[in-house]
Amino acid sequence: MIDEKTLADHNLTREEYDLIVRLIGREPNLTELGIFSVMWSEHCGYKSSKVHLKKFPTKGKYVIQGPGENAGVMDIGDGLAVVFKIESHNHPSYIEPYQGAATGVGGILRDIFTMGARPIAVLDSLRFGPLDNPKNRAIMEGVVSGISGYGNSFGVPTVGGEVYFNDCYSQNPLVNVCCVGLAYRDRLFLARASGAGNAVIYAGAKTGRDGIHGATMASAEFGEDIEHKRPNVQVGDPFKEKLLLEACLEAMAKNLIVGIQDMGAAGLTCSTTEMAAKAGTGMEINLDLVPQREEGMTPYEIMLSESQERMLIVAEPEKVEELKKIFNKWDLDAVVIGRVTDDGRLKVYFHGELVIDIPVKAVVDLCPAYRRPARKPAFVNKISRLRKPEMPSDLNQVFLQLLASPNIADKEWVFRQYDHMVQVNTAVLPGADSAVLRLKGLKKALAMTLDGNALYTFLNPRRGGQIAVAEACRNLACAGAAPIGVTNCLNFGNPEKPEIMWQFREAIEGIAEACRQFEIPVTGGNVSFYNETGGRPIYPTPVLGIIGLIDDINKVPSAGFKAAGESIILLGENREEFGGSEYLRLIFSEEKGQPPALSLAKEKKVQECCRQAIRAGLVRTAHDVSEGGLAVALAECAFRSSRRIGFRVKLNDVIRTDALLFGETQSRIILAVRKKDARKVLNLARKMKVPAKVIGETGGKKMEIWHRGKKIIDLKVELGYQAWKNSIPNYFKIKK
Amino acid sequence: MKFGVVVFPGSNCDYDTFHALQNVMGQETVFLWHKDHDLQQVDCVVLPGGFSYGDYLRSGAIARFSPIMQEVKKFAEDGGLVLGICNGFQILLESGLLPGAMLRNKNLKFLCQYVNIRIENDRTAFTGAGRKGQVLRIPIAHFDGNYYAPPELLEELERNNQILFRYCDEKGNLTGEANVNGSLHHIAGIVNRKGNVMGMMPHPERASEKILGSEDGKIIFQSIINYLEKKKGKKSPGRTVSRPISPLPPLIGTF
Amino acid sequence: MKVRILVTLKESVLDPQGQTVRNALHTLGYHQVRDVRQGKVFEIELEGSSREEAEKIVPEIADRVLANPIIEKFTWEILEA
Repeated sequence: MIDEKTLADHNLTREEYDLIVRLIGREPNLTELGIFSVMWSEHCGYKSSKVHLKKFPTKGKYVIQGPGENAGVMDIGDGLAVVFKIESHNHPSYIEPYQGAATGVGGILRDIFTMGARPIAVLDSLRFGPLDNPKNRAIMEGVVSGISGYGNSFGVPTVGGEVYFNDCYSQNPLVNVCCVGLAYRDRLFLARASGAGNAVIYAGAKTGRDGIHGATMASAEFGEDIEHKRPNVQVGDPFKEKLLLEACLEAMAKNLIVGIQDMGAAGLTCSTTEMAAKAGTGMEINLDLVPQREEGMTPYEIMLSESQERMLIVAEPEKVEELKKIFNKWDLDAVVIGRVTDDGRLKVYFHGELVIDIPVKAVVDLCPAYRRPARKPAFVNKISRLRKPEMPSDLNQVFLQLLASPNIADKEWVFRQYDHMVQVNTAVLPGADSAVLRLKGLKKALAMTLDGNALYTFLNPRRGGQIAVAEACRNLACAGAAPIGVTNCLNFGNPEKPEIMWQFREAIEGIAEACRQFEIPVTGGNVSFYNETGGRPIYPTPVLGIIGLIDDINKVPSAGFKAAGESIILLGENREEFGGSEYLRLIFSEEKGQPPALSLAKEKKVQECCRQAIRAGLVRTAHDVSEGGLAVALAECAFRSSRRIGFRVKLNDVIRTDALLFGETQSRIILAVRKKDARKVLNLARKMKVPAKVIGETGGKKMEIWHRGKKIIDLKVELGYQAWKNSIPNYFKIKK
Repeated sequence: MKFGVVVFPGSNCDYDTFHALQNVMGQETVFLWHKDHDLQQVDCVVLPGGFSYGDYLRSGAIARFSPIMQEVKKFAEDGGLVLGICNGFQILLESGLLPGAMLRNKNLKFLCQYVNIRIENDRTAFTGAGRKGQVLRIPIAHFDGNYYAPPELLEELERNNQILFRYCDEKGNLTGEANVNGSLHHIAGIVNRKGNVMGMMPHPERASEKILGSEDGKIIFQSIINYLEKKKGKKSPGRTVSRPISPLPPLIGTF
Repeated sequence: MKVRILVTLKESVLDPQGQTVRNALHTLGYHQVRDVRQGKVFEIELEGSSREEAEKIVPEIADRVLANPIIEKFTWEILEA
């Protein structure tokens, strides 16, 4: 008999339990309960988010595979497809930063190659508490080495992403990993256990007691020595994963596979039930045949283990031998553990006994969906009111402080620990607005970016969601790329709180609206709820991963200035906006106001103008204006030029000087063009009704900004550069 | 000329190196599978970068025992050209084909970045297309690239001109800052006494195309081609391969 | 038979990992710590080996595979006969 405590340990409500009993026609045993518990968890079942996720547009001309598979797939022509997805590994990374982050990378890589694609890039979005706290530094150090340790060894370049710091992440860091893979259009694989009679094959690492749903450990079934059986932190083995990749791709190329799914969250449970449910079949497996690393594992443990680097494959019986040969060639185990049936049930045998017998459809498709109550939090109106800050006396000083703010400062300390060049495709190195990968032998190229601004979303979730999409697309536009598809990772607090649900709903609607405006489908993603510690939630943090297509890689501009004496053009307009800015946060310690206004229509035109100018071969440098505003954007162009070329910019907007320099008005892009081309770009902008003007010129060793005839910024490039460059490394200097 | 790129389990720069040799340099290139004993009559063996056997014991420590390495050793003893890049260099050190050992980088972090290296000896099969003192801009990507050798060995390397590359600044100066991984004597690449086995930590295959940011790595490959052409008294047929370049690697290895 | 092999860097070789640990211990106030050397431990189970056999093969394994004699040295002991 299942008691209240066991239910609570399994995070199931009495109503959910009653539904399970109705669905299977009897009381489940403990192992079956464990299966429902993980499959109906928020992580696998999306029970609080489903009703809202439906709001995303999911169709478009490039889409081959939308949400519902391991990853989304886009057609990019030339017989090629891009497979991509983002996943969070927030909680594991807090408990054990290195392995948490490493297995996060491992998991998303498998999601990609299980579909037949070779992972060609990883990007990650990281958020930590402030670096002056040693605990936060230790978490960051562990997470970055974990990503580096796994990705580098596997041989996938980590080409970009973002790193932000805010106190709300001190006890709940965010680790979101996005992987992009490349596949042949006609060689894609789905997680389908089709064809009754086909063999079910287990391949890869052995099963241990890793990451088993901890709450149930107190249950009597586990005997006396509970200590010994505590769930372990999952440990990643990138070497094994690399072999698994090669073996899987080889078996796929030789057409030996009917369907395949990786064993990630909920391991064998999730892969068996989902593959059968999607194909409308059933499955019979014998747990005695599952390769095991530890002795005395129970069916519960084997079914729910989250050991890494494992795959479940369905193959025709006559192809099993060749399949095994391929895995053996790569020094991996592949064993038949069962077969596909046609009765729609998952039947699991253990020591000759039938220990699980449940309808797969009930587990996979009939997880309840909740429309949880949503309520606008009381604080929203309060924090949106903002008194304009006092004008600082020394703007140069403020400028320097902003450049050294870890949110703005150079992230080289992070990305130089990642192999970002392996596979020899990385045409634009990390640090630019978006990463650019060439496709060997082709003129076209891929651009990719991750973006999110949690403070904006905290202040106004709907607009924050919109801005995340707009900015990601703007980043792509700066590489001359047109956005083609979206994946997103939605990091929020506890969805059972109406205030959190409101943030979630608002953000989703904002993202959906922006995606529709940009005509880009959402092909998948991940929801991470319960990001709170001690009742304090993180800021709502949607992270958008967007892929773009570039027509001609030779025209991609650089993120830094290329030469002195070039014209600097600003696309878009400067407005007096302070809300949600890094300026306000850093200098006045205020996380307040309304985030910058956003007109999606205007934004789209600015981006289109930038793209057209790039395609016309007119643009040498392009960089979008975001955190830190115009002054910081210009400085970044100077810092990223190999010779650290300075600039002189003159502005005449009738707005406050500090807003002009550091305000974060949207829909702005800085271009540097050859002088003779400036007119052409301005004409193009005029035709497209995009505000544009020449605001200055590159050159010299100084950063100079004038406002209405007065020099307001006057700083040596080198001085700013050192502040920007050394800020993060200084936190990590080994103290002698 | 015919190049062979060895594939160990965990090699991950195998196709990159193959691509640079075949598609960029226009040379006939084949993969050599670690379990095989057949070097397929190649003129030069390349041990590529990666994490052979996960580098779990020490970088390169296990790969030296693989069947193909027994052949590579014989090939090297017979004077065949062997180039080890990054993990390939580590394997050459572990297998005793080159002297010395690798320690963790001095900052205890994996380092992926462009570095400048200075050609110290241009009279070898691996550097002939460059000139002494020339500074090459080539990326590194490693955790264990901090070259170590006992003092008497270092002295010997210096005396015999076996040091081919040293980490330097963009002007060729041997500054402390430029020696990013802490290698003794700034060593980035060395050759054996006989001059036919070379190991280097920087990745020339990552710096062989303009679109990737540098073409300096081609100097190393071109040197090898020039040397082999001279030795064999015939011109390399050049771009023999007209197959379209595939954006994805082919299947590698045999049963 | 179970043996334990301990591999550490030679004294003449700089051990930055050990130094980092030492520095960390110092910042935590353990000023008594004068030096730290970091190493690796291998526990190996040998099937049906005698002590004499172990004395022959363990140093061989350590020298040939587990340690790199250019930078590392090793010690070993029998844990269970």
